[in-house]
Amino acid sequence: MSSMIEFRNVQKYYGEFHALKDINLEIDKGETVVLIGPSGSGKSTLSRTVNGLETIQEGQLIVNGRDIADRSTDINRIRRDVGMVFQHFNLYANKDVLENVMLAPRIVLKMSEEENKKQAMALLDQVGLADKAHNMPSQISGGQQQRVAIARSLAMKPRCMLFDEPTSALDPEMIDDVLKVIKYVTSQSDMTSLIVTHEMGFAQEVANRVIFMADGQILEDDSKDKFFDHPTNERATQFLSKIIKH
Amino acid sequence: MIHLLTSNWSAFISGFGWTLLSSVLALFFSLIIGSLFAILEVVPNKALRIIGNVYVEIFRNIPLLVITMFFYLVIPLYIVKINGFAAGTVGLTIYTSAFIAETVRAGINSVDPGQMEAARSQGMTFWQAMRHIVLPQAFKYVLPPLGNQFVNLVKNSSVLAFVAGFDLMYQGNAIASQTFDTVNTYVIVGIFYLIITLPISYYMQHLEKKLA
Ligand SMILES: Nc1ncnc2c1ncn2[C@@H]1O[C@H](COP(=O)(O)OP(=O)(O)O)[C@@H](O)[C@H]1O
Ligand SMILES: [Mg+2]
Repeated sequence: MSSMIEFRNVQKYYGEFHALKDINLEIDKGETVVLIGPSGSGKSTLSRTVNGLETIQEGQLIVNGRDIADRSTDINRIRRDVGMVFQHFNLYANKDVLENVMLAPRIVLKMSEEENKKQAMALLDQVGLADKAHNMPSQISGGQQQRVAIARSLAMKPRCMLFDEPTSALDPEMIDDVLKVIKYVTSQSDMTSLIVTHEMGFAQEVANRVIFMADGQILEDDSKDKFFDHPTNERATQFLSKIIKH
Repeated sequence: MIHLLTSNWSAFISGFGWTLLSSVLALFFSLIIGSLFAILEVVPNKALRIIGNVYVEIFRNIPLLVITMFFYLVIPLYIVKINGFAAGTVGLTIYTSAFIAETVRAGINSVDPGQMEAARSQGMTFWQAMRHIVLPQAFKYVLPPLGNQFVNLVKNSSVLAFVAGFDLMYQGNAIASQTFDTVNTYVIVGIFYLIITLPISYYMQHLEKKLA
């Protein structure tokens, strides 16, 4: 068992709308996969099915050895192992930075208060924000909030991380600090990552593999080098030339 | 007026006491029941949502007096004997809880859905996410309308007068009909109500400022 995430003929509908069309995709443990594609192509939907924030209507989706679509699967158990970083950070607005990091380990993992606090401070230190531990989320910048959000996810000791356009809502001067943190996270050999991003330079640095989606379908799934050197799909080529130009 | 007050002092005070007691009990229980039904209205389970919705729509759209009379006259026939004070307080609790449910539900809906998603994505259950993340934010939003509900509740407690609940309004009616001094009697009754409602108004405003 070396795959962390496996989609088998997955179909997802929003009402009548066919949002994911027959997705087949296997992501191995330790891999870093970048998911790109035009807006509305289903990138968020795909990544959100992995931790069950969106349900699928057909097919199998196996995450860390368990089938998400199986009714007997405890989704909360899977979510412990799958961290998610959102475009708009979604830090808990009623908790300070330190509590944001400590809350889930306390109530979900029942981690001891002492260990939890030590871990939280170490993580905040890692993302360069130990001095903001007692600030409220509204008191720090977007880039800082996103780094706290990453620390919050890491506090659950996930085996897999999902990043959904983690820098799209940020001012340009904030982006690099966040990418640096993500790069560090993905570089850990036992971490599996799925990253939705429009940052092509960053994608080239961190990805093992690149997936191109359009209209709810996976149109190209290649190693990084092959994808950036000679993408075979027409639309992928067009998309790349557009996005790299500006 | 002073004479009227002093010569009927014990009646006024006992009425005030029963009104206060009924209000405190109804406030406490309607807040709990109302919050529970508010949560029921937003749970993922559809059957529970419908139950929550039906409860709120029924009790919000029936006059308080009808609900109270139901408890005073109908329940004793089939279930248990209850006195006017209990019937009035139960009626008041249920009626107010429907409004509080609506208020709290609006507050829950005004919390960014990303908050619930973030909590769920970390493995928290729906209830854990509600308790630690969503409800604390929702209550901040709904403090002002909740304060209004509390003030309305105290005023509505005068419904006890209709079912012999010995509350302020009941005593006022009795004193007015004995002394024929209706003007002064109801002025005094009004002042006693203000003694309860004004501090609530004031305190809610204070809380609102503190949490803002
Ligand atoms: N909750 C929803 N209800 C209905 N349609 C949705 C919902 N979420 C996304 N969609 C639709 O599904 C498609 C894919 O959306 P999304 O996964 O957000 O795309 P991307 O992240 O690639 O921009 C879009 O057409 C979008 O309008
Ligand atoms: Mg998206």
